[in-house]
Amino acid sequence: MVDYIKLRKGLDIPIAGTSNAKIAKSIVSDTVALKPTDFKGLIPKLVVKEGDTVLAGDTLFVDKKRPEIRFTSPVSGVVSEIVRGEKRKLLEVRVKADPETKYQKFDLPKVETISKEEVINALLESGLWAGIKQRPYGIIPSPEVMPKAIFISGFNTAPLGADFDYTLRDELTNIQTAVNAFAKIVPGKIHFSLNAQTYASTPFHKLQGVIFHKFVGPHPAGNVGVQIHHISPINKGEVVWTIDLNHLAVIGRLFNKGICDYSKTIAVSGPRAASPCYVKGIVGMSMKHIAEFASKEAEPKYLKDCAVRYVSGDVLTGKNVGEEGFLGYFDSQITILSEGDYYEGLGWAKIIRPKKFSFSKTYFSWLCPKKQYNMDTNFNGGERAFVVNGNYEKVLPMDIYPVYLLKAILAGDIDKMEQLGIYEVIEEDFALCEYICPSKIEIQSIISDGIDLMLKEMA
Amino acid sequence: MGIRKFIDNIKPTFEKGGKLGFLHSTFDAFESFAFVPNTTTKKGSHVRDCVDLKRVMIVVVVALLPALLFGAYNVGYQHALAAGTEMSFMQMFWYGILKVIPLYLVSYIVGLGIEFVSAQIRGHEVNEGYLVSGMLIPLIVPVDVPLWMLAIAVAFAVIIGKEVFGGTGMNIWNPALLARAFLFFAYPSKMSGDQVWVSGVDGFSGATPLAQASTGELQYSFMDMFVGLIPGSVGETSVIAILIGAIILIWTGVASWKIMVSGVAGALAIGLLANAFAPEGSYLAMPAYYHLVMGGFAFGIVFMATDPVTSSQTETGKWIYGFLVGAIAIIVRLFNPGYPEGMMLAILLMNTFAPLIDYYVVNANIKRRLKRVNSK
Repeated sequence: MVDYIKLRKGLDIPIAGTSNAKIAKSIVSDTVALKPTDFKGLIPKLVVKEGDTVLAGDTLFVDKKRPEIRFTSPVSGVVSEIVRGEKRKLLEVRVKADPETKYQKFDLPKVETISKEEVINALLESGLWAGIKQRPYGIIPSPEVMPKAIFISGFNTAPLGADFDYTLRDELTNIQTAVNAFAKIVPGKIHFSLNAQTYASTPFHKLQGVIFHKFVGPHPAGNVGVQIHHISPINKGEVVWTIDLNHLAVIGRLFNKGICDYSKTIAVSGPRAASPCYVKGIVGMSMKHIAEFASKEAEPKYLKDCAVRYVSGDVLTGKNVGEEGFLGYFDSQITILSEGDYYEGLGWAKIIRPKKFSFSKTYFSWLCPKKQYNMDTNFNGGERAFVVNGNYEKVLPMDIYPVYLLKAILAGDIDKMEQLGIYEVIEEDFALCEYICPSKIEIQSIISDGIDLMLKEMA
Repeated sequence: MGIRKFIDNIKPTFEKGGKLGFLHSTFDAFESFAFVPNTTTKKGSHVRDCVDLKRVMIVVVVALLPALLFGAYNVGYQHALAAGTEMSFMQMFWYGILKVIPLYLVSYIVGLGIEFVSAQIRGHEVNEGYLVSGMLIPLIVPVDVPLWMLAIAVAFAVIIGKEVFGGTGMNIWNPALLARAFLFFAYPSKMSGDQVWVSGVDGFSGATPLAQASTGELQYSFMDMFVGLIPGSVGETSVIAILIGAIILIWTGVASWKIMVSGVAGALAIGLLANAFAPEGSYLAMPAYYHLVMGGFAFGIVFMATDPVTSSQTETGKWIYGFLVGAIAIIVRLFNPGYPEGMMLAILLMNTFAPLIDYYVVNANIKRRLKRVNSK
């Protein structure tokens, strides 16, 4: 019996630019970058220098505190540039890619006969350990602490998110291999969530050795944090792992072929994408190859002179990387949208504002539930104190009092944060609250600060 | 666009280092009033909902308009009735408007003035909260209240009730009600009794239904009070106008229907209880549902008790809070001979206790979380 969990709270943001199910191009990125900033709480230590030659799977940097955790190059080539920011903070390690990728070989036993220690070592050596996330906090797990369970979300509800049924349809064997490998670590405790509506048609329901859960509901139903909350919530002192489905395929390839093959299919989406589609690419690929997918023309008229923003990831949680930037480690989607740096005369006072969407019924967008909007990055207001209440709860399908948790974080009250559920959430779980907030409070930043504070206090 | 160009031209004067840099917040308030600013998202979600506090507040203002317009007409109507003069509909309406406008001028000039100064001192943007408070205050006072008293009351409410706590969003009590409470206790002769409710006729005794009922001489029918052509504070008399506002607030989700529903339930519960034990013909025996249309109950439960900042913040808490507001209002009405109306005190009292209610609701959540650990 597969349990069926229905979520009523949440919101599918009606943003235009869903990717059509076709692969427009296979991109071989000439430069690839690995960004330590993609990993929560990581202090990196470089192990290469500019000019070094690396193979795909060779270590570029390691975790300073836990040097056994490595970060490996997705491509073979020459380390071309090490980009640092303020206080010499390491931002990017760029590798100029060979035309033909040469892989570091990992000699691994067959997954059927492999031992738990061998799995852990293989993941650490290949650098694929870094793609596992630990809850609480969303950080890279410690190899010493084993989780009580592993959670995998088998579907994507993020705005314009890549359809995993499509992008990973040929990866079933690799994913199965990865699941088998993880079964050595936590036997019988791998939870796999599926969308109830596509349950019958998705390739993933053929997976073996996992516990299936069916979810139905709007975003964030596909967020693994929400799923954990409903399957088996995290208590103080417990540790679980979450693994992104794309990364699971990469891990599967490691055990099947003995190489680190970081390639993935990426959705190119968004209101400013000329014809939203999919491309084949690789972790850390350059956005330069994406520029051609951006539309010169912007709709509606007031966006005519506005620049283009390239977001690695979805509009709720992605990063603005710019045209010269690189795809994030965990991202399977690029969203292209217009910068909204225009003024709108008396915008807030207009009776109807047909080009804009509001979750609240203070505007009339509820009259057109099917309409999709060419959203832009305008802030749509100014930052204020918490005033309106009861809003966040409508898009947070968790038994958590969001405002109280946020206020505990702002007050730096560790005990209260713990009591109110900080262990169960990471930034992305609160992204929709941030989207709908009429006071325009940067909620994901607050959560992030709260987690940083917990990490510091618990260290 | 012309206005945009003008604003862009004068903007540098008001920025840091500009000649009028100390007026930055004020300038910003006017600019963002005229134009949604061109700021873009820097971190977090890249797109944002187009709702902002200005929109939320304007919805409340719109919801108050029926009560305001009806109130203005009723001011003229009551005047004509008391003075015994023949007036046309438009004359009555106009008479009322001329009476109400000065109240609004004082409310907004004093209130917004203080808001601007405090925003300036803090270096914040001006919060929109006073748009609603300033709209509410003239609706809950007798129309002939001296303007200087109103000015003091507004200043008291905004400074002591709001700004000392950190501005909109941080206040404990509803500022508009605080202004009324200030007037009520500082200048009772202008705020209560039978002489104050009808405009422009000296010494005319126009008792409100509540005052009549408490002395056992209720002369108005249920329908009279429902329609609202009765003496009372400017905006509180017409339940029809208030219901229109309530529908707008509930539909847009700006105010909590839970508070309204449980408030009515609380009032009816106490009313019915009183009915059950009442001696024949006494005030207690008045049908419980009469309380819903008398005095400031409807206005209070729709527009005041639902203030998102000062009411309960948790959904469970809203049921409890609303119920107690309704119940206490009727208890004060029925059992305290000193105060014919209990709504103001009930809401202010529950504003005080709302954080306590929330505390227990949130604690229940904490306990649920702890139980999970212990049950393993």
